[in-house]
Amino acid sequence: MATEAAHIDVHAHDDHHDDHHEQSFIAKYIFSQDHKVIAKQFLITGIFWAIIGAAMSAIFRLQLGFPDADLGWLRPLLGKWINETGQLDPEFYLALVTMHGTIMVFFVLTAGLSGTFSNFLIPLQIGARDMASGFMNMLSYWFFFASGVLMFISLFIETGPASGGWVVYPPLSAIQTAMPGSGLGMTLWLVAMVFFIASSLLGGINYITTVINLRTKGMTFSRLPLTIWAFFLTAVIGVLSFPVLFAAALLLVFDRSFGTSFYLSDIYINGEALPNVGGSPILYQHLFWFLGHPEVYIVLLPALGITSEIIATNSRKPIFGYKAMIVSMLGITFLSFIVWAHHMFVSGMNPFLGSIFMFLTLIIAVPSAVKVFNYLTTLWKGNIVFTPAMLFSIGLVSVFISGGITGIFLGNSAIDIQLHDTYFVVAHFHLVMGAASAFGLLAGVYHWFPKMFGRMMNAKLGYIHFWLTFIGIYAVFFPMHYIGIAGFPRRYYSFTNFDAFSGFTDLNQFISVAAICTFIGQFIFLFNFFYSIYRGRKATANPWKSNTLEWTTPINPGHGNWPGEIPQVYRWPYDYSKPGAEDDFIPQTVPFSETMESNLPHENDLIALEKEEAEEILVDESKGH
Amino acid sequence: MVEDYKLVDAPVEQPLSMHPKKFAMWLFIVTVVMIFAAFTSAHIVRQADGDWLVYDIPSMLWVTSGIILASSGFMQWAYIAAKKDKPEQVKLALSIATVLGLAFLYGQFKAWGQLVDAGVFFVGNPAGSFMYVFTGLHAAHLISGVIYLLYMLVSSFRYKVHSKNMLNMDMCTTFWHFLGGLWIYLFIFLLLNH
Repeated sequence: MATEAAHIDVHAHDDHHDDHHEQSFIAKYIFSQDHKVIAKQFLITGIFWAIIGAAMSAIFRLQLGFPDADLGWLRPLLGKWINETGQLDPEFYLALVTMHGTIMVFFVLTAGLSGTFSNFLIPLQIGARDMASGFMNMLSYWFFFASGVLMFISLFIETGPASGGWVVYPPLSAIQTAMPGSGLGMTLWLVAMVFFIASSLLGGINYITTVINLRTKGMTFSRLPLTIWAFFLTAVIGVLSFPVLFAAALLLVFDRSFGTSFYLSDIYINGEALPNVGGSPILYQHLFWFLGHPEVYIVLLPALGITSEIIATNSRKPIFGYKAMIVSMLGITFLSFIVWAHHMFVSGMNPFLGSIFMFLTLIIAVPSAVKVFNYLTTLWKGNIVFTPAMLFSIGLVSVFISGGITGIFLGNSAIDIQLHDTYFVVAHFHLVMGAASAFGLLAGVYHWFPKMFGRMMNAKLGYIHFWLTFIGIYAVFFPMHYIGIAGFPRRYYSFTNFDAFSGFTDLNQFISVAAICTFIGQFIFLFNFFYSIYRGRKATANPWKSNTLEWTTPINPGHGNWPGEIPQVYRWPYDYSKPGAEDDFIPQTVPFSETMESNLPHENDLIALEKEEAEEILVDESKGH
Repeated sequence: MVEDYKLVDAPVEQPLSMHPKKFAMWLFIVTVVMIFAAFTSAHIVRQADGDWLVYDIPSMLWVTSGIILASSGFMQWAYIAAKKDKPEQVKLALSIATVLGLAFLYGQFKAWGQLVDAGVFFVGNPAGSFMYVFTGLHAAHLISGVIYLLYMLVSSFRYKVHSKNMLNMDMCTTFWHFLGGLWIYLFIFLLLNH
């Protein structure tokens, strides 16, 4: 094949960038098809939603910690949702809880995390010019954007946004008159989710196709960085589970707007029976949790993948148990689909079925523990470099352990009778899924910021941000377990009016203060992030001395990622501190023939193979000439 | 400002011989399969709860099932003809396949009419509602298939479908067979569980 013929000039029409071209700005930064720009779009949008979602939690924590406080000062922001006596409207409290959950789970930790890092890292780490379909990738972002616009609008309508909890169980969500939030707010929620599902599927299909079809020469599956494995499996889970949420939502739309009875039966309002007969609300729960549980891993796996990469790099050690990591992620992927009913232990399920789901649920502890042990053994005796990214990764391991252990309590169908829908559940999933994934997201931003923007974030501010967040997270969610064991149900507007729940007010105050401090601490990150984009210290090509392919690109990679040929890969990505090697890292692009001093016996055998391949290419080229 | 690169692409062996677009389409098919898997399992779960309206499957559905099978047959003919570079046959077979696809949609609509005549409505017992959801959502997917067929039809009249340009034809054939197969699955499912 002639190499000349293979010279492709992708920008023949636009060789010198002209800033006068308005068209070029829109194509480049708004309707961009470049995976790096789309990743940044997802990141910035995710940050925007994270601020809104976290601010909501600060408001309802104020209510929970200080139920008698005068919140009149929030009136400029919330308007009529603060009533005459300065109290938060109870209906709006429910809306806040619902929107906080929806925003954080879907917009921040699904789109903001997968959208950012899958898009950014997959092509860069597997050695591809871009995603399999740049157009679909662009659509994916803009569907997400449309979904966000609808959700945002729903915050400002008269009846308030959806307020039946982020799981939107019928009949509360299906009957428009059930509560103010079940009206237009719920409709907007459902439409927004349809757009969101479309966005996730477009993204997921693209990620899978790219990983399978566009890996560079030598990048076999056993040489893929664990980040890519995690993103790949996340996308697989998404492609299999989001359509089921679509099915659930579609039937809910029919029930709400067309009068069908999929989920509704024998309902009386003010003594009058509704016409709906023969439906089953449990059916919705089954369909919802068939997505809902895998969704937990859609949120968590990318964070675990990011952590694997950062911990190995900053421990200057190969990741411990690379294959075990992959197998446990495969195990988690598989198990995530057959445990959904552990969310429904108290919904009238056959107890025998309950014990089966309990058994399957507890099995997830095995791959999770394998991953945790591998992180710890990677850290063990490593030359640890405490970058902010590394701190957040270690923080992830910490909250993953504390949150994971409470999962073993909750997965038990008998103990769940006491703990179901209490603050114990809230504490559990905020640690293991919320905080862990958020730590992964933050770690990823700190670690790949130099690649994204060509500048470094300020490490000192990063340390302050980490310790505030880390201590804050534990201060918020550790005491919450006690409140949960005491039987405090979640989603209650106020506890002071019940004799049974009149205790623990001081603990609730403590949690609220901690939550608000943690929220304020995040502004340090925001400042650091936006300041560093423009004023940060200029990054070097490989600031963390990492092995993966993205650090072989120019500091500010252009469209197509690599000038000239895509580098070839010769080894796995975790050759850190290899005995005998000159440096403490050997990038994936270095062939074994150049590292004779550090090769293991079986790697010396691979040299012959490398030579053969190189000759083949030479022969190919000479034939073409 | 970021500079643009002259991309030098050495002849890289594709890790997978399937074209990325076709692979992505297979993944799309997986998502459609998951939607219908969700609906049919919801149907089974709900039916097991009792209070279930038993109704007769509209006779029209036997006809439409035949139509969609025939349409798939003509599609396969078009595909083979395109591979053998016989443009006239491609045009003919694609046209028939498209017309049969439209006839199928019309037939499904007629079947809804039969359901209404039999007193089975969209609103009411979930048994009937599921019937409408299955046929309706399948029809929605089939419309996208017909649009794809029309696109191929236009291409074939411009002589763009031939053995050197089979990607779209290949994808369209796969998708059309899938939609036909999906309907046969739904039909048998309804026959067994109505």
